[in-house]
Amino acid sequence: MRALLALAALAGAAASAAAPPSRPAPTIAMAGMHFGPAPAGLRAGDTILFVNRDIVAHTATARDHSFDVVVQPHQSGRVTLRHGGAIAFYCRFHPTMQGVLQVAAR
Amino acid sequence: MMKQLAALAATALVAVSAPALAQAPNDAQIAHIAYTAGQIDVAAARQALQISHNRAVRDFAQTMVRDHEAVNRQAVALVTRLHVTPAPNPTSAALSSQAAATLHRLSTLRGAAFDRAYVQNEVAYHRTVNGALRDTLIPAAQNAELKTLLQSGLALFTEHQTHAEHLAAQLH
Repeated sequence: MRALLALAALAGAAASAAAPPSRPAPTIAMAGMHFGPAPAGLRAGDTILFVNRDIVAHTATARDHSFDVVVQPHQSGRVTLRHGGAIAFYCRFHPTMQGVLQVAAR
Repeated sequence: MMKQLAALAATALVAVSAPALAQAPNDAQIAHIAYTAGQIDVAAARQALQISHNRAVRDFAQTMVRDHEAVNRQAVALVTRLHVTPAPNPTSAALSSQAAATLHRLSTLRGAAFDRAYVQNEVAYHRTVNGALRDTLIPAAQNAELKTLLQSGLALFTEHQTHAEHLAAQLH
């Protein structure tokens, strides 16, 4: 039994060593009716997490229509950056909430 | 004419709320005023969704329904948890009677005239409610969670006011 447990522990260690921890998704907060600062070092193909800390739903919507996600209160939503450039985005429900992502080409 | 009507509506709201708010309201009264104010804006938005064909106006009205219903759900959950029974008071009664008059006045309008009147009233209404929140209701709130909810509401309704002002400028 002990040998089995040791084997399982070894296997677990091997598995975690083989799969290096993935980089956490860049995050932008939606809080107090504002978008938080956009993370630096974004690249085309990255996935961004929008985290809504407000009590109402928001959207993260690219002005060039390359992404659009509705994020419910206290939930998060993901978008994938399809291309590089300066991508302006806003909340369709609350248009005074705005931001710009600086995205490097892949 | 439109500007005069809007100014009159704003003045009327201030006039009805000012005497009633001369004495600091308690938490039960604040909860009733805040909830009533939200319900009034939901009713106005539902009227807009029945009458307006303007895409931007309808989008705005849908946001008013979504947001004010969300805030009021939180308010109900909070007062239930705190065992506070919202208390009707002269301020919430005045808000309701003023809103009924506005709903009636707008019900006779159609097309661009309705859109302008609805949005102009939204500007005036949010300005008045936000002023009351900032100057009276938030300072008077005793319970910390109620105060926090009112502050979140003020940030939200300030955005609504700016949104309405931009819309009003587009419709002018």
